[in-house]
Amino acid sequence: MNFYQFSSPATFYSFAGRIAPWFAAAAAVLAIVGLWIGFAVAPTDFQQGEAYRIIFIHVAAAWMSMFIYLVMAFWGMLALAFNTRLSAMMAQALAPTGALMTFIALWTGALWGRPTWGTYWAWDARMTSELILLFLYFGIMALRSAIDDPRRADRACALLTIVGAVNIPIIYFSVQWWNTLHQGASVSLSAAPKMASIMLLGMLVMTFAAWFYTIAVALWRVRAIILERERGSGWISGMQGIAA
Amino acid sequence: MSEFIAMGGYGFYVWGAYVVTAVVIVAELVALRARRRAAESLAAGTARTEATR
Repeated sequence: MNFYQFSSPATFYSFAGRIAPWFAAAAAVLAIVGLWIGFAVAPTDFQQGEAYRIIFIHVAAAWMSMFIYLVMAFWGMLALAFNTRLSAMMAQALAPTGALMTFIALWTGALWGRPTWGTYWAWDARMTSELILLFLYFGIMALRSAIDDPRRADRACALLTIVGAVNIPIIYFSVQWWNTLHQGASVSLSAAPKMASIMLLGMLVMTFAAWFYTIAVALWRVRAIILERERGSGWISGMQGIAA
Repeated sequence: MSEFIAMGGYGFYVWGAYVVTAVVIVAELVALRARRRAAESLAAGTARTEATR
């Protein structure tokens, strides 16, 4: 199998259209299972009562907000290094969903902070750096729409994305580097999780749901972007349903 | 059922988090469909213009 053929927008367009529904279906099934674990199986927390159930979306969205940014930076680097159109389009397709995940993380965090910490918001390092991430996503999208030539916009956005990636380790390690109101990591690769395993399971299932949702939406959006940017090229004009 | 909705007194916070999350996800999917349709008609328009050229 020649993977390089997928770097051609024409090939990738139909490939993305075939696989996106499967990712969407997987996301829906995982979300249902995750919500069932989160609300029906996982017990009430002995300290936080039912308020902790926000964790099942909060952590999933917060992880995805950072992960999507790193994937965008990866596509940005490929776009800059090899001048490939599709990598830049993938980065473009991920930005709105990254902003969405960041917003969900901030919103659910505020609604979780009020009953547990007594405040919706504090200018602590974790929350402030996550807010900066939201502004980075908005900035990247605004930069793109401010530049008429798509190839120039690709390069400018890739550069901004890569420079902005410095914020990701700051978000991730903020709870270690500074005294934050936000708690430290409950789950890490180097230590046993500091939470009940059924709660952890619900959280992981919701994280995979968010992951597959992001893949499905990014694939659908990149199809729209390919149509927008490659229209007028022969293969689109000859496509069924497009040629009128 | 009303006990479930009350969430032990945290209903506002828990449902406030989940409902807004659901709303923004649905909004993204609706916006994506609109973008897709706009892109399709744009591409069809370009194809027509080229055919008559």
